[in-house]
Amino acid sequence: MAVLAPAKPFMLDEEAPRRRSFLKILFSSPGTIAGAAIVVIVTFGALFAPLISPHDPNHQNLALNLLPPAWLAGGNKDYLLGTDHLGRDILSRLIWGSRVSTTVGLSVVIIGGSIGVTLGLVAGYFGGLADEIIARIVDVQLAFPFVLLAVAIIGVLGPSLRTIILVLGVTSWVQYVRVVRADALALKEREFVQAASATGASQWRVLMRHILPNVTSSITVLATFEVARTVILESALSFLGLGVSPDTPSWGTMLADGRQFLDTAWWMGTFPGFAIMITVLGVNILGDGLRDALDPQSR
Amino acid sequence: MLAFAARRFIGALWVLVGVGTVVFIILHLTGDPATIMMPPDATAADIARFRHVQGFDRPLIVQYGDFAWRAIHGDFGDSLRHDEPALGLALERLPATGELSLVALLLAVAVAIPAGIIAATRRNSAADYLVRVVSLIGQSAPVYWLGLMMILVFGVALGWFPVSGIGGIQHLVMPAITLGAFSMAKLMRLTRSSMLDVMRSDYLRTASAKGVPPLRLLLHHALRNAWLPIITTIGVELGTLLSGAIITETIFAWPGIGRLVVQAINDRDYPLVEVIVLMAATAFVILNLLVDLTYAALDPRIRYD
Repeated sequence: MAVLAPAKPFMLDEEAPRRRSFLKILFSSPGTIAGAAIVVIVTFGALFAPLISPHDPNHQNLALNLLPPAWLAGGNKDYLLGTDHLGRDILSRLIWGSRVSTTVGLSVVIIGGSIGVTLGLVAGYFGGLADEIIARIVDVQLAFPFVLLAVAIIGVLGPSLRTIILVLGVTSWVQYVRVVRADALALKEREFVQAASATGASQWRVLMRHILPNVTSSITVLATFEVARTVILESALSFLGLGVSPDTPSWGTMLADGRQFLDTAWWMGTFPGFAIMITVLGVNILGDGLRDALDPQSR
Repeated sequence: MLAFAARRFIGALWVLVGVGTVVFIILHLTGDPATIMMPPDATAADIARFRHVQGFDRPLIVQYGDFAWRAIHGDFGDSLRHDEPALGLALERLPATGELSLVALLLAVAVAIPAGIIAATRRNSAADYLVRVVSLIGQSAPVYWLGLMMILVFGVALGWFPVSGIGGIQHLVMPAITLGAFSMAKLMRLTRSSMLDVMRSDYLRTASAKGVPPLRLLLHHALRNAWLPIITTIGVELGTLLSGAIITETIFAWPGIGRLVVQAINDRDYPLVEVIVLMAATAFVILNLLVDLTYAALDPRIRYD
């Protein structure tokens, strides 16, 4: 009977064709390819910023301040997207700014994901009192307007890259708990999990070998959307002056600077905004593609 | 239904206790609230005096008890900067935020739900494509950038709307669109997918086969069930709006609690910050309680959890 079949070969049989169709589905849509391309380009920019950026992002040259983009009258071809009020090259700052966005995005997802997945597994699989307590904590967390909570904590701890990552990380776990808990709850009743328990596998082993691998696709999709959300939040906090220190180029601080020069130098605020929007758009499209490929039912 | 309402009410109270505790913990995160609240150039003696006056030198548990007791009685202390009760200051600003959020939400719902329905009923048409693109872009554009671009185009270049402050309806247009855009995009997408799910169901096919006219099928049969996830999301979006209000109010100099809290943080005025955080959380909890009750009234299955 299938119930008594060992879990591993059972999963291997299903795995091989699924993986093939996964990649095929993922890259069958031109939108997903475009989304993935944007993500690759931003990551590339972040990794190789020192090599590809045309100027030092913090080099000030007041003689060349508020230069418009190169294609406009008065533009300088050395400063493709123009310069800011301190004469710093906007393109170089955009490229360096992708470092902050990607660092914060990835770190926050790792912190939030680890907390959320652990709590979600515990709540869904063990249930009972643990589930009750976790549900209450989730309710409290959900009741906080998020930015307000982040603003309050950063106000107390003082703004820095580390504080931002910490605050966004410890406040972003709720969605993972909800998704992982629901998945774990459903998986617990499945034959292969019960079979593993019945053959004497420890609870830890059941969780790690049978439940966790089966929630990874939900986690992957969610984590992608969380990266997008985090990039927006980080830039919003930087915009409010609660983000990274002003001399670190970040898209949010660039926008905040640009706000002061909206009527005289529109390029200062417009380009960083585009950078954020296109990055987030790319990550979101990739997330949609991943969801369609990993969970054909959701299409 | 009454038992369900009572259970949810008690749940909401617990959440508020939790929120209050977190607010208390945040202020004590660095160990000494006095050093956070005093200006950076304050002398050690000043800080010590302030610490004693505010009672920060007492054991933590006593301070927590005192904080909780006073909070229950609506006493959150005086604003450090304005020298008047923090609660009153925050309450004064609440209507402006309420007005902005409400208009933003109504705007989002009024655009998103019809658009989502049209997209779902005409799947893969040009309208559907447009809705999908708009909702994707709306969810990717940062709120504050959208606000700045609107100021740039409609305020500075075209001069159609005032770029800051509160006043007549023309002051409300740009902040409300800015604040509502993200929720609109999200609701649009959700309405579309929720309608698509419902329209695939057997009962709808049966009704259609029995000859129910299309409009009646849509409004009486499909929308009734498609509503449920939409209402839940509207509840969650209220939190998003409150968060978004902080940024929108800062951009448009809208005199609400969002702008007040940013100022309070810059002024190190923590009694005021505490009140605003608690107030926003309370508003969110009450509104969600109402959403839950509406949901339960619409769908009897919920009450039997």
